[in-house]
Parts: sequence; structure tokens; C-alpha cells
Amino acid sequence: MSEKATVSITVNGKVHEEEVEPRLLLVHFLREHLGLTGTHVGCDTSQCGACTVHIDGASAKSCTVFAAQADGSEVTTIEGVGSQDNLHPMQEGFWEEHGLQCGYCTPGMIMSAINLLNENPKPTEKEIREGIAGNLCRCTGYQHIVKAVQYAAEKGVVR
Amino acid sequence: MIPTEFDYKRATSLDEAIQLLSSSSEAKLLAGGHSLIPLMKLRLSEPETLVDIGRIPDIKGIREREGKIGIGAGTTHHEVETSDLLREKAPVVADCAGEIGDPQVRNRGTLGGSLAHADPAADYPAVMLAIDAEFHIKGGNGWRTVKASDFFQDMFTVDLADDEIIVNAMFDPIQSASYAKLHQRASHYAIIGVAAALGVENGLIQWARLGLTGAIGYAVRMPNVEEALIGKQPEQDTIDAAAGIAGDGLEDINSDLHASAEYRRAMIKVFTRRALEGAVARL
Ligand SMILES: Cc1cc2nc3c(=O)[nH]c(=O)nc-3n(C[C@H](O)[C@H](O)[C@H](O)COP(=O)(O)OP(=O)(O)OC[C@H]3O[C@@H](n4cnc5c(N)ncnc54)[C@H](O)[C@@H]3O)c2cc1C
Ligand code: FES
Ligand code: FES
Repeated sequence: MSEKATVSITVNGKVHEEEVEPRLLLVHFLREHLGLTGTHVGCDTSQCGACTVHIDGASAKSCTVFAAQADGSEVTTIEGVGSQDNLHPMQEGFWEEHGLQCGYCTPGMIMSAINLLNENPKPTEKEIREGIAGNLCRCTGYQHIVKAVQYAAEKGVVR
Repeated sequence: MIPTEFDYKRATSLDEAIQLLSSSSEAKLLAGGHSLIPLMKLRLSEPETLVDIGRIPDIKGIREREGKIGIGAGTTHHEVETSDLLREKAPVVADCAGEIGDPQVRNRGTLGGSLAHADPAADYPAVMLAIDAEFHIKGGNGWRTVKASDFFQDMFTVDLADDEIIVNAMFDPIQSASYAKLHQRASHYAIIGVAAALGVENGLIQWARLGLTGAIGYAVRMPNVEEALIGKQPEQDTIDAAAGIAGDGLEDINSDLHASAEYRRAMIKVFTRRALEGAVARL
């Protein structure tokens, strides 16, 4: 048995201290230890972006990060973005512009899109497509996702 | 997919990392994890100890000192892509970083990890060859410097001992250089990537360095193209003639489900031409 690692990770503003196996991936820490199942596992091979969260403000594929690496970091998941009655402008954009069908890619897509607008509040269509290049959607054909991001950019996204 | 068990150690300084590397059995460095973790999940790599160098300040950041530019090995692709210093002093390096993978990959992956891993389809090696970078490496026996042209030796094989860490890459500022890449559409890795750097004086090309990635097991220079450029005017005819012989004589061209060897051969010429046109446009 390998030695456990003690991690202290702030998730959506709340500090979680736990002993974890070093090989525990951040996505499993979020889903299985904290019950935050909004972050999805699509491919498990670092390709699809369904597992995207923010680590210290920057988007990352949580299936490709060990929980131990996030020790001392602030993590934001889709659960930390808006709420049912108070949607984040990006969530509102996905709602208004039909940016989803099955919804499997949506949490990761939204985290990537927010990351984009944080860096580039008024992206061109090309920049939007590049900004979500790390996220795959098997349903929408991306057109409505681009429109959703444009909607949020119009409204102005605040962190 | 779950990796095999390992001990996790986070180093807080370069020397601590070297000490942890040499004192632990089957230890590997962990930087951004974006080459190593996928391999560990597939159990193609099963280190017993991971030494996390992701939080060591000494190996991060981009600086100019005594006329040279240095990029710390722990600097992320995103930091390189968005660096004002690099945009101004060596735009080809920032361009190259912006071509790597996708935004999430660029937020985590680092220069040192990319160089050490030396994927045959990695982008940085081609550019490091073209700008004639040298790598500063520290290990149990102290410091040494290796030129990019000596560093990449074979597929996933570089001049680096088990207890050594790449600390930074250093190079001279350069304007007239450019990187042209044929992306694999899903992963964004290079099917072919060509970096070109040119030196022009009195209207004639004095020197040229061409770095090629994706074509064979590791990144290489293209000496025949370089020779064809020297002494010529930086014009379209010169570019076309030099690009026309790019890849000629190169053996063991990669062939996989993304591109046959024949297609890669054709694309070496196309992307050499584009890289040269980009470099000339920056003269
Ligand atoms: C979906 C996806 C797409 C990608 N697309 C591209 C692409 O288009 N182009 C491209 O070039 N790359 C691409 N990559 C690879 C990416 O750039 C990696 O981040 C990079 O190759 C490795 O850097 P890292 O910091 O993540 O290293 P790690 O994975 O942490 O380490 C890789 C190896 O390097 C060693 N190492 C790390 N740092 C050092 C150091 N300072 N000194 C010595 N050894 C060290 C480690 O021990 C390990 O063996 C992609 C990766 C993914 C997951
Ligand atoms: S599950 Fe992480 S990238 Fe697909
Ligand atoms: S909405 Fe189904 S995968 Fe994107």
C-alpha cells in the first residue's frame, strides 16, 4: 500500500480536508468523495472535456489531474456556477439558445466557455470555437453552443 | 481507468526535487501530468514514486537576461502563449505554445514536460531546434547544458539521466521565425509541424534552421533545406525550391491511422513552404 496523502482542497468555496490515495483522480474526488456529480466522465482519456473544472481559476480536465496535485487549490465545479433560480449568464445562454441536447457535455462545456470569457470577454466566433476545442459534443453540432456563448458574452459574464 | 499505486511527494525546491528523485525507487517527475497521467491510467507507465514539481517557483516564468530569453521548464503552455515578452521578442515560441492541444491542456502542460517526454508529434521540439535553444539541466552531479540539436535522440528518448531535471530553455531573441502545423483534428497533436528561422543580411539569407516534428520518431533539423536557402534572396522562388526538397532522403517516415507515410512526405513540403513564408513575412 502506498502512503496516503492529506489534501485540503477548496471546492466551490468550501474547504475539504481528506486523506486520499495518491492515485485518486480529482474527478473521482469530486464525484465520489464529495458527491458533486455534475462533473462528468466522458472519455477518461483526456480528450472530451466533460470533466472540465476550474483549478485556481483556469480550466482543467479533472480526469487528468490527481487530487493530490490540487492540494491547496481552489476548485470550481458546475455546482459552483449559478443555481436553479439564479442561473449564471452562461447557463442562461445554454437555456435560451438550446445549447444542449442530452446534456452530457454541458457542464464541461460551460466551464470551458466561462474560462474563455474570463480571458476574452468579447470573443469572435472563431475564438469561441477555439475556446471550446477541448470539449466534444456528440449531439448539437456545436452551432447552438457557439450561440449560447455569444449570448453570455453579450450579457457580460462575471466570474 | 485507475493507475497503479505510487507514493506522492511534492517538492518545494529544485534541490529537494533532485534529492527526492535520487533517493526514491522507480521515481518519476510529475509536472503538468498531461503526458504522464494518461500513460499511467493505461498502465503503460507504473512509477513507484511521483515527485511533483508543479509548485516549484524556481522553474517557472519567462525572463530576459543578458540579451537571452529563458523559459522555466515549469511554465505552462498557456503562460508561454500569452507572454508579452515572447510576443515581442520571440513570437514563434508563443505561436507554437498556442498551437498545442486545447485550452485545458495548455493550462496544465509545461515546456519541461513536453521536452522530456519527446512525443514524436510534440510541437515544441521543432521550434526549439529552429531557434537553436539550449536546455539547462540539473541533477545529482550538478549542472549541464545541452543543445536542442543534441537533446532529442529517438522516439520518447532524450539526453536526460534519471536524476536530472530540465530547469529552463534559453535562446536568443528572434523575429524572423515561424511555425506551421498540420493538426490531427481530435487530439490537435502535429501530423506534421515545421519551424523555420532565417537570418538575412544585405538582402541574402545568411543562415537558416528548419525543425521538423511528426515526420519520424523524433524532431530533426532539415539540413538539405537549410543549405538550399543560404546565399539566396528571401523570395518566393527560393522558398518554393527549398520546400520542394524538404523531407527528401528522410527514412522511416511515420505512418498511422491519421496519415500515411506518403501523405506525410507531401505535407512536409507544404508545411515547410508555409513556415518559410511565415518567417520571411517577419523579416
Ligand atoms: C488531449 C491532449 C492533447 C495534446 N496535444 C498536444 C499537442 O498538440 N502538441 C503537443 O506538443 N503536446 C500535446 N499534448 C501533450 C502536452 O503538451 C503535455 O502537457 C506535455 O507533453 C507534457 O507536459 P507536462 O507538464 O504535462 O508533463 P508530465 O506529463 O507531467 O511529464 C511528462 C514526462 O516528462 C517528465 N518531466 C516533466 N517535467 C520535467 C522536467 N522539468 N525535467 C525533466 N523531466 C520532466 C516526467 O517525468 C514525464 O516523464 C497533449 C496532451 C493531451 C492530454
Ligand atoms: S473525461 Fe476527462 S477529458 Fe474526457
Ligand atoms: S449535448 Fe449531448 S453531448 Fe453535447
